[in-house]
Amino acid sequence: MSALTIRNLTKTYANGVQALKGIDLQVEKGDFFALLGPNGAGKSTTIGVISSLVNKTAGEVSIFGHSLDTQRALAKMKIGVVPQEFNFNQFEKVFDIVVTQAGFYGIPAPLARERAEKYLRQLGLWEKRDKQSRTLSGGMKRRLMIARALVHEPELLILDEPTAGVDIELRRSMWDFLTRINGEGKTIILTTHYLEEAESLCRHIAIIDHGIIVENTDMKSLLEKLQVETFILDLARPVTEVPVLEGFEVWLKDSRTLEVAVPKSQSLNTLFVALAEQHFEVMSMRNKANRLEELFVRLVEQNLPGEQAS
Amino acid sequence: MSAREQWVAFLTIVTKEIRRFTRIWPQTLLPPAITMTLYFVIFGNLIGSRIGEMGGFNYMQYIVPGLIMMSVIQNSYGNVVSSFFSTKFQHSIEEMLVSPMPAHVILNGFIVGGMVRGMLVGLIVSLLSLFFTQLSMQHLLITITVVILTAALFALGGFINAIFANKFDDISIVPTFILTPLTYLGGVFYSIDLLPDFWRMVSLANPIVYMVNAFRYGVLGVSDVNVYASLGAILVFVVAFYLLALWLLQRGTGIRH
Repeated sequence: MSALTIRNLTKTYANGVQALKGIDLQVEKGDFFALLGPNGAGKSTTIGVISSLVNKTAGEVSIFGHSLDTQRALAKMKIGVVPQEFNFNQFEKVFDIVVTQAGFYGIPAPLARERAEKYLRQLGLWEKRDKQSRTLSGGMKRRLMIARALVHEPELLILDEPTAGVDIELRRSMWDFLTRINGEGKTIILTTHYLEEAESLCRHIAIIDHGIIVENTDMKSLLEKLQVETFILDLARPVTEVPVLEGFEVWLKDSRTLEVAVPKSQSLNTLFVALAEQHFEVMSMRNKANRLEELFVRLVEQNLPGEQAS
Repeated sequence: MSAREQWVAFLTIVTKEIRRFTRIWPQTLLPPAITMTLYFVIFGNLIGSRIGEMGGFNYMQYIVPGLIMMSVIQNSYGNVVSSFFSTKFQHSIEEMLVSPMPAHVILNGFIVGGMVRGMLVGLIVSLLSLFFTQLSMQHLLITITVVILTAALFALGGFINAIFANKFDDISIVPTFILTPLTYLGGVFYSIDLLPDFWRMVSLANPIVYMVNAFRYGVLGVSDVNVYASLGAILVFVVAFYLLALWLLQRGTGIRH
């Protein structure tokens, strides 16, 4: 069964901006799905419609087979949403925020308190339960929103840029947490600007731009579409001229650093053989950009209105 | 949502509202107690002793029911308008909108929360008035009915105001420029029978006249207007305001894109 099915979804705001131009999307149960796109592409509008914060103009959305139009309550029971902006009462205590949210789903107080403790402990916030939420750090506030979204134990968790502004250590621990709950069967949809995050966590991916889906596939197939990968090579000795390597594009970034574009048709072995023949000694190498990032930039550039016209 | 789940959700909002106004009691419960005590001392005792009787009662006894109603009106309205607008302003309304709660549960929760504050302040003011005068209760059922209906009506008014409000200024315009003048001209401090015919007729267009007089009838047994017609009119307004507020909430006015 699909966790989420979107058919021909459109949204035109009152100011005339058409944020979604008839998108179709399907997310399977148990998937870890990334919805990517540049700012203003339509990601948050899509999530807004799914979570009932934005009224759609046309189209259909169903959650685990329940239509948002005709079986709204059943559909909403299945979703937990972690929004991009902090949206809890800054003066409420951490524990009260989570228990109150459970109450909105009709969960009786004793069970709500039990669940609140469970998720606040899992997210490392139990010690802060009696603090006003405004006193929490940015990372803690994000974790509070995750605990709040999980308290009614939804089958589909939607996170809108959950690690924005979060330090690396905390980001890693959130990744571990999300991977664990996905392993336990929860379907997760994630939007993020950290493409490394999407590449390491998600199995399927959709890229949205200018209100249309420009790519929707599994991560492996998508990465295979990357025709050229760019590497940075650190050299042992300084050079003054750009080496000529047949089949590769090469740039000299500084006297000890080369940037090499490696086409998918060429192997790295060929590159190193060519470098060795010309007496270049490579000390280390790395990707210029995350692979998904490189592909993302190419796809989005292709979709620019000017590019399309040309 | 089952009926039981809806009941839990409703109680959650009411509890949250009560927790909010009791947490900030120096802003919500104390000021009306101080203001009304000053009214009792200055208007009731100092000035009232020179005014003499009104409607067959000493002036202090005459104004107490009106002042209690004034407290109920201002606090029912004030609680919902500020709480719901803050919820919008901080975007915590989204917590409710993503949940499966039907619109009527959200509306009922806020309205009952506002009514509880209005009636609690009314009770506090009533108890304070006992330090200054004696109150008899002529018609208990009418007294309770009119307080409940009035609190509900103004809580609904506050809710509708908050739905349309975009900034904090917008939630003070109605209380300052409409509610306060109507209350002061609503027969709290005088019998409208004292007014010239023209102004008496004008006063009859003020809905607060009916609420104050219906409540005064319940407590003292005197009224300038027909009490049962007043109760009927208030009930009609409550139903109309409720349906309007529910419709606005369901279509997402001011809260959904």
